[in-house]
Amino acid sequence: MSLNTPSRLEKILKQGNLAVTSECGPPRGSDPAAVTSKGALIKDHVDAVNITDNQTSTTRMSSLAACIHLKQMGIEPVLQMVTRDRNRIALQSDILGAASFDIHNMLCLSGDHQSFGDCAQGQNVHDLDSMQLIQTVRLMRDEGKFLGGDNINRPPKMFVGAAANPFADPFEIRVPRLAKKVACGVEFIQTQCIYNLDKFERWMEGVRERGLDEKVFIMAGMTPMKSAGMAKFMKNRVPGMDVPDEVINRLSGVPKDKQAQEGIDICVEAIERLRECKGVAGFHIMAIEWEEKVPEIVERSGLYPRPQV
Amino acid sequence: MIIADKKPIQEIIDQVKNYERILVLGCNECVTVCEAGGKKEVEVLASVLRMHFLKEGQERKIHERTLERQCDHEYLEEIRDVVDQYDAVLSLACGVGVQFTAEKYLTTPVLPGVNTCFLGANEQRGMWTERCQACGECVLGKTAGICPISRCAKRIMNGPCGGSTKGKCEINAELDCAWQLIIDRLKALGRMEDYEIVAPIKDWSTERAGGPRKVVREDVQV
Amino acid sequence: MRLKCPADFRIIRLPCTGKIDLIHMLRAFERGADGVYVVGCMEGDCHFSTGNFRARKRVEQVARLLDAVGVGGERVQMYNLSSGEGPLFAKYANEMDQRIRGLGPSPIREAIRKRKLAA
Repeated sequence: MSLNTPSRLEKILKQGNLAVTSECGPPRGSDPAAVTSKGALIKDHVDAVNITDNQTSTTRMSSLAACIHLKQMGIEPVLQMVTRDRNRIALQSDILGAASFDIHNMLCLSGDHQSFGDCAQGQNVHDLDSMQLIQTVRLMRDEGKFLGGDNINRPPKMFVGAAANPFADPFEIRVPRLAKKVACGVEFIQTQCIYNLDKFERWMEGVRERGLDEKVFIMAGMTPMKSAGMAKFMKNRVPGMDVPDEVINRLSGVPKDKQAQEGIDICVEAIERLRECKGVAGFHIMAIEWEEKVPEIVERSGLYPRPQV
Repeated sequence: MIIADKKPIQEIIDQVKNYERILVLGCNECVTVCEAGGKKEVEVLASVLRMHFLKEGQERKIHERTLERQCDHEYLEEIRDVVDQYDAVLSLACGVGVQFTAEKYLTTPVLPGVNTCFLGANEQRGMWTERCQACGECVLGKTAGICPISRCAKRIMNGPCGGSTKGKCEINAELDCAWQLIIDRLKALGRMEDYEIVAPIKDWSTERAGGPRKVVREDVQV
Repeated sequence: MRLKCPADFRIIRLPCTGKIDLIHMLRAFERGADGVYVVGCMEGDCHFSTGNFRARKRVEQVARLLDAVGVGGERVQMYNLSSGEGPLFAKYANEMDQRIRGLGPSPIREAIRKRKLAA
């Protein structure tokens, strides 16, 4: 086993374990406790924690600062970076900043359009796109070079991730699109929240046909539903989300005060099914503002205790 | 062509209200075709302004003129003899025409009468849509003739993003996803294998990012 | 057929209402008309297929412009009737006449009058 970085996530995946990651959204304020308290809830149940980067284009504490808070409490962070808000100077600079704190994972994203957030009248940057950001980090790490060609003193040691949405349209390019990201040098993938398991498995078939599962670690994205209302919102309002009616019906079929538990059950059952899917290398559990439920999901899915590496 | 849209009347009134003698200056090119600043629009705006000031009991001289182009010295010269008779020129040309007029007539205030919007096409009567952002380095040959810079909300060079739903963009269900269009056309051209060519990091220095641009063609200079 | 029509309106004949432009209506107001109405063929019966629809759009635009400068958009109106409907033509004329009388003189006419007095 050869490791490219000191990342614990990389090590766990390369040792053949099913990895578990989760995510925390930074606060809309400067209180570090908002990050550290979430971190403390899930610390022992996950291998690494993503910190989102101004998700849904709403201004929040910076992803890098929140990652540092996690790092200082012994949690391994995954720095999410969107290309929406920073040009190539700022992106490279923040990568170096993260590396200076020995942050060893990052996730390269384009980011939601700013019209969804609190600064709809702002500019977007998109100097690079997510694939080009992957290439940039790999260049910085592997060649020790900036995009401009100069050498980097102490290159960043980043394990490079990206997102994949098996459910966005058009479906036929979803596998080729992953192949492109792999060609750019991505090492792990965290997928969009999966509710349509059949469609996800069809996508994975295509992924295996091209041998992509041998080249990249695919972590299945899981978000437990808190209620039937949330399921309907995700289905109708969140772009690129595929929530089958069975999921909504199952949640609607139980009393309101039991729906949250039903949502957890659905999530655990999905993990149990997908861990058998060849090519799934782990799970990315995004319990949005519901981090306290992550330990239960991890334990009930048989993913606890986490390997010590 | 350059697409412009009318400014609200009240905004125009606010701009010109302190000038007594105003020349409303139209342009026969793009803004005529997109019905924002041609001869007809000049007539209408001048008439409306005259009525406004008349009603307010204010004496104003509001005259009309439409030039062949406001982005060429020769045509702008046509008003040299009369421009001093006015306290302001209200130009209904695009931002280029407004500026060129202002550059030429240094001591006359030149005010914009339209909002210049984008480089676009007349998709149907009364509807214009963007097609080009003049990035200075055309990639259409690689993107099946559809521009991801002007037509993707995130100008993603390797799309589509995860927000593409049923062929539409995440920001607006009526907006086509540019990458869906690219894929559809790659298929129609039998070139789907091109989809997997990774577009390299773009050199934006030929775009706005590189500062004001200039094209010099010595072959046509005399 | 002797129909009662208001005495103080002037008919301007057009080959088709599609021929009318914004500026024609605006000029009438600029010169002191209190109201302008356009009488076109029934919708769907235009000899040039969409002339009366164009006219309606233009009347609406003029109404917005008149509102914007405080003259009042209700001083313009589009009517549709067929060529055989003399009584309806008279009815519309009376209706418009009543409306304009209710609104009183156009502020532009007032302004022109004041200016003449001052001169």
